[in-house]
Amino acid sequence: MKTEELIAALAADNETRGAPMSRAFAVDLGLGFAVSAAFFFATMGLRDTFVASLSEPRFLFKFVFSLTMAASGFFLAWRLSRPGADPGLASKAVVLAPILVVLASLAEMAATPSNLWVARMIGHNAAHCLMAIPAMSLAPLAGLLLALRHGAPSNGRSAGAAAALAAAGLAATLYAMNCPDDSPLFLAVWYMIATAIVVGVGWLAGGRLLRW
Amino acid sequence: MPDWISQDHEWSADMRAALAGDGVAYKRLLTALTPFLRRICMKACARAGMPASDVEDAVQETLLALHLKRHTWDATQPLTPWLAAIARNKMIDAARRRGRRVETDIADFENVLAAPGADAFERELDRQDALRLLDQLSAKQREAIEAVSIRGESLRDAARTLGVSEGALRVSVHRGLKSLADLYRKATER
Repeated sequence: MKTEELIAALAADNETRGAPMSRAFAVDLGLGFAVSAAFFFATMGLRDTFVASLSEPRFLFKFVFSLTMAASGFFLAWRLSRPGADPGLASKAVVLAPILVVLASLAEMAATPSNLWVARMIGHNAAHCLMAIPAMSLAPLAGLLLALRHGAPSNGRSAGAAAALAAAGLAATLYAMNCPDDSPLFLAVWYMIATAIVVGVGWLAGGRLLRW
Repeated sequence: MPDWISQDHEWSADMRAALAGDGVAYKRLLTALTPFLRRICMKACARAGMPASDVEDAVQETLLALHLKRHTWDATQPLTPWLAAIARNKMIDAARRRGRRVETDIADFENVLAAPGADAFERELDRQDALRLLDQLSAKQREAIEAVSIRGESLRDAARTLGVSEGALRVSVHRGLKSLADLYRKATER
């Protein structure tokens, strides 16, 4: 086929256009998060002290941390979803959540005697955290990867990793409503390890699935 | 203000019209873009040590990609950097297919636009047949694409000739174009 002929075919196909990127992100991520939320409330649910804890700064910080992670990952994935887009500030914003948790950990260490540090870091059920966060990340990650496939990221691995950060942030938000451990020291170790696992999966999946 | 901006105004306006459903503007845009894309691909092929016979394949692959991904263009941004990024991505794939690496700089498009256009070689490429993957499509998709491309019929006329509804033909053309893009990508992943 000559190029001129291909152009005629493309012009004839102008009636069929892809949905806007914003709709793809909203629908695919919305569905993915709904699946994880349903799973969370069916199997874990809010912890008994949930309402009473709403005035505790340590408990509230868990959500500041997880939602910062979710928002920065989402923002970066969104920026990386188009060819040649400049991620700009979005690529720097991903360090916000880790910085927050380090600062909060330092504050925790200043506020508590050093003989409690290790116990707070180990917490009650680290293994549960390491399984629950990656498990609840899967559906939102799948949704975001689908939205990115609808797009055209120049760098599939980075886009996949950013999507995974967003998914892990959302999963951590759900998990934090059940998890009995509120110390920033616990977040800094176990939530971060769980997130790193998910980001690694997103990086690998992005390299394979986000080619176009 | 760099020179390419004024050119980009025209292209961006045509793309906005195309996205709003203006097929004439779309065809005009694709025709106007082709020499630009060809020059990007020529440069990249030369740098990767790929034969000139690969250039037109890369141009057509880029056209297909920009067509199937045109909803990813942010209409508040200039069109040219977006186009150059798509061309770059497709050139990297094409080079990988040949087991080569290509270093393309996106910022390069400014030089490409500033360079003088159509010499004899470019005109020769224009006449070259590329996209030999057409034979690998299903009969239905191939017939649909050939009708609107090689015979240049409108969707309505082609539908009448082939004895199918216009809607069904539209679907076949779109699926055929998607299959062509997939065939290119599979050739890369091999």
